[in-house]
Amino acid sequence: MTRIQQSRGAAASRILGIGSSQPERVVTNDELSTKMDTNDQWIRERVGIAERRFAGPDETVVSMGVEAGSKAIAASGLTPSDVDTVIVANCTNTVPMPNAAAQIAELVGARAAGGFDLNAACAGFCYGLASASDMVRAGSAERVLVIGSEKLTDIVDPLDRSTAIIFADAAGAAVVGPSDEPGIGPVAWGTAGDLAETIRMPNGRHIHQEGQSVFRWATTKIAPIALRAVELAGLTPADIDVLVPHQANLRIVEAIAKKLRQKGAREDMVVADDIVTSGNTSSASIPMAMDHMRAAGRVHSGDVALLIGFGAGLSYAGQVVICP
Amino acid sequence: MAEKPTEEQILAGLAEIVEEVAGVESDEVTADKSFVDDLDIDSLSMVEIAVQAEDRFEVKIPDAELANLKTVGDAVSYVAKNA
Ligand SMILES: CC(C)(COP(=O)(O)OP(=O)(O)OC[C@H]1O[C@@H](n2cnc3c(N)ncnc32)[C@H](O)[C@@H]1OP(=O)(O)O)[C@@H](O)C(=O)NCCC(=O)NCCS
Repeated sequence: MTRIQQSRGAAASRILGIGSSQPERVVTNDELSTKMDTNDQWIRERVGIAERRFAGPDETVVSMGVEAGSKAIAASGLTPSDVDTVIVANCTNTVPMPNAAAQIAELVGARAAGGFDLNAACAGFCYGLASASDMVRAGSAERVLVIGSEKLTDIVDPLDRSTAIIFADAAGAAVVGPSDEPGIGPVAWGTAGDLAETIRMPNGRHIHQEGQSVFRWATTKIAPIALRAVELAGLTPADIDVLVPHQANLRIVEAIAKKLRQKGAREDMVVADDIVTSGNTSSASIPMAMDHMRAAGRVHSGDVALLIGFGAGLSYAGQVVICP
Repeated sequence: MAEKPTEEQILAGLAEIVEEVAGVESDEVTADKSFVDDLDIDSLSMVEIAVQAEDRFEVKIPDAELANLKTVGDAVSYVAKNA
């Protein structure tokens, strides 16, 4: 009887390096206040953002993804040709074809790598990370470049104060490769399709969200998913050194941290607050926050980090990782 | 809660929740106070208060209803009627 041979993967996987990229132009709350009825104090208090970056015409999902990806490859101590697979999480590339992954693979120098785009909105990076980890362990890939790259300004009405003050542009990336010791825990993921209407694009061009419904969902349903990821990793909340929730709104981040501390997470757990200077960058926010915290010396190699992405779909995914 | 709470019990419970969520002294939380204008509680803190009130009093407070609860007294009556 013919029998199909199966590939064999690594014993475990880990993140080898991370990188990020932001556009040049800094946009302050005061600048936005000149264009719409809003103000610095309201934005800081409700959302926690002080400034964010908006991409220019030449800064795209592909170009930002290339920069973040190249930095992650360099931080991993690899050369681009070591990367055999590229996953690009995004929900803002304005054309479905060609996908971003094939172009990014070519431009970073991972020529002919396998590649695909993945859309799980703001949870996209965690979905990509989980997929990459499983590919490495299953043997379908050896070194996977996982990118979250978003140009939200392409799908936000620049004069709609309920979204234009929140969303911004950026890319974050990680390289996942083989490891003797597990560096990426099992994923806790899922969807809440019954709430699909709460973040959508009704005219096909611009994001619209029901802010309070999304806030309620994120502040009540996400902490339990994060705790599930901790449990799946065989750890307890007290083991978590760093909490990196999707940077949706600082009030949501703080609510998740508070819930985890009520369940035993430490008071000295570092909590990502990259939204303050970067805005909400959807799938880019988690890897970029990790990269910025590493550069600032707030996160160190070997730290145990809990990642939790959530957003349109609604979709969510979280896992525990060891910081590279 | 097995028995229906009295309005006094609801007010006391709400005051504790408001103090926990928004840091407003619980004795400031009286029926005549407006959440927004008197207690300086914003719409997102209101969502957190609603979520805790739902757990505590076993009521449903949908976002659409929440917008109608302007004063502490409105919230007490809503919970008393729907718990
Ligand atoms: C979007 C969000 C900031 C809006 O906050 P909100 O408190 O729900 O806003 P509302 O529309 O209820 O408005 C509340 C008040 O602020 C005012 N307001 C709304 N937007 C404003 C702005 N950009 N600037 C200044 N004032 C604003 C409103 O006029 C209203 O004032 P009023 O009560 O005097 O009429 C908030 O709902 C949110 O962040 N939700 C979570 C969404 C999220 O994270 N999405 C991403 C998921 S990936």
